[in-house]
Amino acid sequence: MAAKTSLSAALQKRRADIRTRWSQQLMATLGGTAKGRISTEELNQQVDQFLKVFEPAVDSNRLDDINGPEWADVRAFLDDFSRRRVLAGFSADETATFVFSLKRAVFEVLKEESSNDTKQFANDVWEATQLLDRLGLHTVTAFQKSRESIISRQQQELLELSTPVVKLWDGILALPMIGTLDSARTQVVMESLLQKIVETESQIAIIDITGVPTVDTLVAQHLLKTVTALRLMGADCIISGVRPQIAQTIVHLGVDLQGVTTKANLADALALALKRTGFALTKL
Amino acid sequence: MGEFLLVTIQVDMHDQLALILQDDLTKAIEKQGAKGVLIDISSLEMVDSFIGRMISDISGMARILDAKTVVVGMQPAVAITLVELGLSLTGVATALNVERGMQLLRRALSESNDDSFINR
Repeated sequence: MAAKTSLSAALQKRRADIRTRWSQQLMATLGGTAKGRISTEELNQQVDQFLKVFEPAVDSNRLDDINGPEWADVRAFLDDFSRRRVLAGFSADETATFVFSLKRAVFEVLKEESSNDTKQFANDVWEATQLLDRLGLHTVTAFQKSRESIISRQQQELLELSTPVVKLWDGILALPMIGTLDSARTQVVMESLLQKIVETESQIAIIDITGVPTVDTLVAQHLLKTVTALRLMGADCIISGVRPQIAQTIVHLGVDLQGVTTKANLADALALALKRTGFALTKL
Repeated sequence: MGEFLLVTIQVDMHDQLALILQDDLTKAIEKQGAKGVLIDISSLEMVDSFIGRMISDISGMARILDAKTVVVGMQPAVAITLVELGLSLTGVATALNVERGMQLLRRALSESNDDSFINR
């Protein structure tokens, strides 16, 4: 049986001290940056939870490889911890500081417990710092992963939310576009628009591009694809919300709008669509 | 239907069948004096370039025989695929369903009946 590492012995004997000093160190560093994003009680809870899984893992004597099964609980805690910190709006370094600030408490206790054997002490410190560095880096990686998954989920939501198809009148649909039009969005737009045409048996779709910042040849291509698909379904298209800037760009780029009627604003487009579908408007 | 012909394409077309269809159709146009042809593709979940060309061919033949063609019932997924493939079926009119298709044909025919110097 391998001898207990000094770290393990120190943790067991001076558990309370390490906990207190770590907590104090955290409050000192996080007090300025946390600004109430996390309460003292919650922070202390996390300290206790970490130490609870940390001690048995250190006891296993496998301090060199934190990817082994002995460290599974610690890794799980750090993954969950990072995710919470991402959601609470912490930065990557603020999150990793949680682990790194444990170093001071550990080194102090190791020094106090050391038997004046400087070589041994140096080895113990090196071992401890390596371990805590690895755990700190694991925390940063977990933080990054959480951030990325949140961003990609938001992108997906944005994609779905920003292309609603609304019915303006019998046989007339409107599609207000907000944001830039890329190939992924064009796909989503085409599918939902064509589906709505079938459901409502509409004849005209008004695509309003007031919210589209720029129309370059690529965006124009996507728009024209949508128009062509609409025509194949027996419907026609009016593009509204063309801003002066966009009109200039279209002419300069030599984009061929293929006979699509364009109107400066949605009101004009609606009037035209009503006329085309055989409606007349009377003011009472 | 009167002066219109309705063609419903339901099965997978292959060369032989397509030629037979074109032959039958042109003969029917001549025999019945049809002025309009509706091609119903609402059963087709997939349209490839072969079918696309076949529809263009039928439309061309009908036009020569003085009949207008309207393709009806295209499913959204099919429309998207055709656009992606770059087949826009130019020169072929389209409508959402048979009813709309007939409205389109009637309107087109009444417009072109400016030879109403003949009073029957």
